[in-house]
Parts: sequence; structure tokens; C-alpha cells
Amino acid sequence: MYQRERERERERDYREEMARSTGKDAQALFHSLRSAYAATPTTLKIIDLYMGFAVFTALIQVVYMAIVGSFPFNSFLSGVLSCVGTAILAVCLRIQVNKDNKEFKDLPPERAFADFVLCNLVLHLVIMNFLG
Amino acid sequence: MAAAAKAGEATLRHAFGNVLSFFILLLIGVLAFSIRLFSVIKYESVIHEFDPYFNYRVTQFLTKNGIYDFWNWFDDRTWYPLGRVIGGTVYPGLTLTAGTIWWLLNSLNIPLSVETVCVFTAPIFSAFASWATYLLTKEVKGAGAGLTAAALLAMVPSYISRSVAGSYDNEAVAIFALIITFYLYIKTLNTGSLFYATLNAIAYFYMVCSWGGYTFIINLIPMHVLLCIVTGRYSSRLYIAYAPLVVLGTLLAALVPVVGFNAVMTSEHFASFLVFIILHVVALVYYIKGILSPKMFKVAVTLVVSVGLVVCCAVIAILVALVASSPTKGWSGRSLSLLDPTYASKYIPIIASVSEHQPPTWPSYFMDINVLAFLVPAGIIACFLPLSDASSFVVLYIVTSVYFSGVMVRLMLVFAPAACIMSGIALSQAFDVFTRSIKFQLLRILGFSEADAGDGSSANVVPENDAVKVDKSEETIKERPSRKNKKKEKEQMEKAQAEKTSAKSKTEKRLLVLPMELSVIGLLLLVFMGAFYVVHCVWAAAEAYSAPSIVLTSYTHEGLHVFDDFREAYAWLRHNTEVDDKVASWWDYGYQTTAMANRTVIVDNNTWNNTHIATVGTAMSSPEKAAWEIFNSLDVKYVLVVFGGLVGYPSDDINKFLWMVRIGGGVFPHIKEPDYLRDGQYRIDSQATPTMLNCLMYKLSYYRFVETDGKGFDRVRRTEIGKKYFKLTHFEEVRQS
Repeated sequence: MYQRERERERERDYREEMARSTGKDAQALFHSLRSAYAATPTTLKIIDLYMGFAVFTALIQVVYMAIVGSFPFNSFLSGVLSCVGTAILAVCLRIQVNKDNKEFKDLPPERAFADFVLCNLVLHLVIMNFLG
Repeated sequence: MAAAAKAGEATLRHAFGNVLSFFILLLIGVLAFSIRLFSVIKYESVIHEFDPYFNYRVTQFLTKNGIYDFWNWFDDRTWYPLGRVIGGTVYPGLTLTAGTIWWLLNSLNIPLSVETVCVFTAPIFSAFASWATYLLTKEVKGAGAGLTAAALLAMVPSYISRSVAGSYDNEAVAIFALIITFYLYIKTLNTGSLFYATLNAIAYFYMVCSWGGYTFIINLIPMHVLLCIVTGRYSSRLYIAYAPLVVLGTLLAALVPVVGFNAVMTSEHFASFLVFIILHVVALVYYIKGILSPKMFKVAVTLVVSVGLVVCCAVIAILVALVASSPTKGWSGRSLSLLDPTYASKYIPIIASVSEHQPPTWPSYFMDINVLAFLVPAGIIACFLPLSDASSFVVLYIVTSVYFSGVMVRLMLVFAPAACIMSGIALSQAFDVFTRSIKFQLLRILGFSEADAGDGSSANVVPENDAVKVDKSEETIKERPSRKNKKKEKEQMEKAQAEKTSAKSKTEKRLLVLPMELSVIGLLLLVFMGAFYVVHCVWAAAEAYSAPSIVLTSYTHEGLHVFDDFREAYAWLRHNTEVDDKVASWWDYGYQTTAMANRTVIVDNNTWNNTHIATVGTAMSSPEKAAWEIFNSLDVKYVLVVFGGLVGYPSDDINKFLWMVRIGGGVFPHIKEPDYLRDGQYRIDSQATPTMLNCLMYKLSYYRFVETDGKGFDRVRRTEIGKKYFKLTHFEEVRQS
């Protein structure tokens, strides 16, 4: 009887320790992520901020559509896709400008930015046409 | 100084090769254009078949009324009494292209008529398509393969059949759009430049405007991305090539009115969204792997996997439930019939009845792509040595297109460019090996001592130099635009020799060299094969694919006899009936009737309304009184029937009649196919069933037929007809030819 109780206690202790260790692991993970991210250069962080803003705007639009209904569907589609599109183009720009990226080391950042602007231009032209 | 001289030589060779390539490409373009002109020479500059007439009529409207009226056009002269919204149901790419060319030429004061522009659009765009094939194959394997592939595409009979001068159909520009979209995708994949990604999206937009087959692109590219991810070839260039294409491409596809919201709502596009999400997950994983230490990354993986698995399962369950709740699981009828070849014959007889939608027979492969049929496997192997992103894409393209071409004859057209690319690669590799062997063996036989001295000196040089030489030779092998330059071959040969004899060349691949006689014979055989291909292509273009179905010829003992019955009939309708009269016929002739006779028709080739077609089919299969009632309710004044029993024209309405019965019976259950068959056989002679002998189609086709030769012998069915003497009670024959 006492043996079973002790076994149960040991099990409980074991589970608590596992939970604590995963908790500690998660904390350690967040720490290392944060410290590694803090090491990225400021230009890339600006691009990341822009990307985050675009995704946030897309989320707001989706929530709004869920509340109000999707009647002019083309407006909703063009709005969401323009946010997603600018986020993706920002990611592409970040990839091409990142100095750690060996594939793009002879691509001048001005060329990358020019391509980014051109693609954005085409994207927004299409958006304005589709917005209705 | 020696290096500078060598560099000067290299640029001169480079320039010479470029000029040679330019002229070769020009000649290929001229070849592609002129091989398609046989029908214009043999018959006249006329638009062929059925579908092109509709496109021609739409282009006429566009050039006359301008683009805003074209977008908003509601056509009330077809599908009476329903009408058809042209702006929203037609793929505008072809008509807009031809309209633009016409407008451009006219503003330059070159007064070509709309018909001329329409007739010659296809050959011009096939020249463009062969140039695009050159670009695409150059990205995959180099310029030599590119030139070969372009030359093969200019002549391949499968492509000629749908782009001959006068065949003014969507595929004429769509194949060009397809190849150039693939080229820009591969270029973006190879260079990682966002500029080409933008161009890729715009080319995809042009493809969506032109043809319903754009779903092939938007499913093939995601499949390739998935393949790259799964085989561990993920790179940031892949992300740049795919992600902007999906977003921009979906938006641009939604801009085209025919596609509209289908771009986000039908299953044909879901593959691209799924792979889009997968790509982002993979990109995130690689990013995190890059910034974390390996230990922390393992921790992250275990955490994420346990949480993410649950979320994934939930999302997938929701998606599957959504898609499964729609009756066709979200796919359109045509796409479903591609995936399951038996689908159409079970559920949609209209799709099954079109002869282009039947599976091809084995001989048609040889007829349509000829010699390429056995060069393709060699090309596939050549693509694997070495395997790059671009060559894996081409392999995937050819495998999927082979499957689809096996389902539907019409899709042999999509298979043709892939076959040309593969064969071009195979041929150019084979030529490379043979010419290299010949040069090597010649050098060995003739200039053995020189080569020896050369070897000795290169072996004595510091080993680093050798490595540099070897690198340069690999580079130059890639950069050489033309394989016909002898000087270049010799240098390559010497470098190959140096490679082979130097001790440091263990890590480099030994270039294959064959014995001299073998390579000479091999070269001759390849040339013969090429000649055979050319002869076959020219024959196919001249004899098999140049017939405009609107004008028929036959050889009688008096010589060549030309039948212009179709156009005479339409001209009679145009001049002898009121403008508002309605003409009923089987849907095959709808487009031609509206375009040439300018009368309102009941059903036409668009076949968008199955019930309406079934109504006409029922009317044709019913006895006279019932048929008259149906036609009266549709305000029909004239019925057009095509009959070929007198001259032996096999594709007339009596041969198509069973399809009318089947389609009619699909909607109106009182029409039963077994009623028209005697013992399961379709006959029109005295053994035919009474339902058959009394139906409207029989009566209209054979009315007074017995007066032509006294016995009523039908040359197509090769029997005497069953019911010979009868009167039409509700119809009146107004014209026959």
C-alpha cells in the first residue's frame, strides 16, 4: 500500500520535473532566439518591422471581413493580397540584402532595392485595378 | 600577356559564337513561320475549322467597336433565347493580341485586313515560341542544346497541327506564353533576381488571358517547388522564384473576368496555396536554424513539432471537410476528366463526345512527334547528369505532360515543347561527344608529337596552374554558345587532354571519348535521323494538317474537285433570310453560322449549357411532330443539317447522331439510346429500328435522297437506306447543295 503511494508520488514528481524542464527549455529557447535576433543589423530589423506591419494589417482586414461579411469580395481579396504581397517582397529584399547570404554577395543592394520597387509598383498597379 | 591574348581570343570566339547563334535563331524563326503556310498556298488565306470562326468574329467586334464595348459585350445572336456574356466567358488573350497587332499595323499605315492578321497570328507566334524554347533550354543545358531544341520545336507536327496559318485558336499564342513563363521561372530560379520574378508573373498573366490550360502551370510549378524542398534543394532563390509568383499570379489571374474568383476558390489553385504555406514553413525553419546554435535548434524542433502537429491536424481536417462538402470536390468537370479519364464518359457526355478529348492511339505519338519519341528518354538521362534545379523542372514537366497527353489527344500539344527540349538536350550532348571524340582521335593520329610536347609542358608546370586550367575549361565549356566553332573544340580538346594526363585531375570527371569510326558513323546516323524528321514534318504539315475543314477537296476521275458547300450554304443563309431568323443545327456549326451567315443560332461550340444542347438533340431524335413543336417553341425558322452520304464526307450529322441521342437522353429520359440501335448496332438501312427511321435527323438527311441514284446508296455508311420514299409533313426543304 505504502509502496503504491510512494510510486504515485514518484510519478508525480517525475512529471513535475519534466514540465519544469520543458518550461526551462522553452525559456532558454526564447532567450537564445532573442539574443540571436538582437545580433542582426539594423537595416534588416527595419525590413522585419515593415514585414510585421504588413502581416498585422492583413490580419486586421481578415478580422474585419469576418465581422462585416465579404460582400465586395474583390476589394477584400485585393486588400489582403496586397498586404501579403508587400510582406513577401520585403522578405525577398531581406534575403538579397543580407550580408550573411553567400548566394547574393555580388548583388549590389541598390539593384536589390530597385527590383523591390519595381515589383511593388506592378503589385500595386494590379491592386488598384482590382480594388473596384 | 599570354593570359591577355587568351582572353582576347576567348572574347572573339564568344562574339563569333553569338553572331552565329543570332543568325541561326533568325533562320529558325523564318522556318517556323514558313512551314505553316502550306494551307495558304494550297487553298487560300481562310480561317479554318469551327472555334477560330468565333475568335475571328470576336476580333472583328473588337476592332470595330473598341475595347470597352468588347469587355461589356452581351451577345444575343447565339444560344437563343439565353444569349452569352462574351466579356465574361472568353479568354481574351488571343483576340486582344491580334487586335493590337492590327491596330499597330494600321496606325503605321500598313492596311492589312483583320482576316489577314488573324490568319497569320499563329505562324508569327510559333516563331516566337521557338525563340522562347531556345531561351528555356539554354537556361537548362546551354546554348547548343537551346538551338537544337528551337529547331525541333519549329517543325514538330503536333504544334504545327494547332498553329497552322488559319488556325486562329487559343493555342496559337498560349504555347508561346507557356514556354516563356517556364523560361522566366527557370531564369529566376537560376539567378534569384526579383526582376525576373516580376516578368514571370506578367508572363503568367498573359498565359491566364490566353488559355484554360494555365492550370497546368499553376500546378506544375508548385509540384516542382515541393520536389526541390523534399530533395533538399531548398534555397533562397527558390523562395524568390515562387512566393511573388503566387501572390502576383493569383491577383493577375483574378483580374481576368473568365477566371475571376475561381482563382482563389477552385481546387485547381489549392495546390499553389498549399505549397506556398509549406514553403514559408521551410523558410522559417531554415532561418531559425541559421540563427540558433544546434543544441537550441533541437530543443526548438521538439517543442514546435509537438505543438504544431496538433494544429496541423486540425487545419487539415477543416480543409478536407470544406472541400469534401462540395459535390465535385471543388474541381471543374474538365479538370476531373483529366485526372480520371473515365469520368467524362460516365457523367458528362458532351466532354466525352468531342473527338479532341479522346485518348490518343499509339501511332499518333509517332505521327506527332516522330523521331523525338525515342530521343526523349536519352534526354531525361542527360538531365540527370548533373541534376540541377532547372533540369529537375524539365524532367517533371515532361513526365506530367506525357501523362496528360495520354488522356487527351488535344494535350499532345503541351507535350510537344517538353519533347523538343529533351530531344534538343539529348541531340546536343550526343553531338558533343561525337565531335569531341573525332577531334581527339584526329589530333592523336595526326599531331601526336605536338600533343605529347604540349602534355609534357603542361605536366611540368606548377600543379596550381593545372587546377586553374581545369577550372577555366569547365567554365568555358559552359559558356560556349556554338558547338560548331572548330578552334574552340580544339582548345577544349587540348584542355581535356591536359586534364586527363595531369595527375591532379582525379577529382574532375573524365570526358568521354569514343573510337573514331564509331563517332563518325554515329554522327552520320544522327544526321540521317534529323533528315528523316525534317522530311516527315514537312510532309505532315503539307498533307495532314493543312486542311481547312471549311473547304474540302476530293480527287475524282476528272481531277481535283473542290467542295465549298459550307461557305455556299452560309452565304445563302446570309442573303436569303431575314436578319432576325433563327437557325437550328447541331452545336458544331454554331460558331461558323454566326460568323459567316450572321444569323442567330440556338446552340454553338461553347457548349456551356448542357440542357439547351440536349433540347436540340432531343428535337433531332424525335419524330417530326414532336421536333416541330420543340423548334417552334424556340422560334426556329431554319434547320441546318450536314449530310455527307452523297459524296462520302464522313463527319456528317448522321455519324454524329448517336451523340445527339446520348446527350438528349442524358436530360430527357424519354429518349433512350437502345431504341435507335438494332441488336446494339447503329444502322440506317432496312434493318434499322422504326424509331430511327422516323426521327427528324433521318428524315431531313435522306429526304429525296433516293432521287439521286435511284437506289439511295449512302457512300459513308455503305448501305442502301431503309426508308426511301417519304414526305416531310412539318418541314420544308429550302435549299440543298
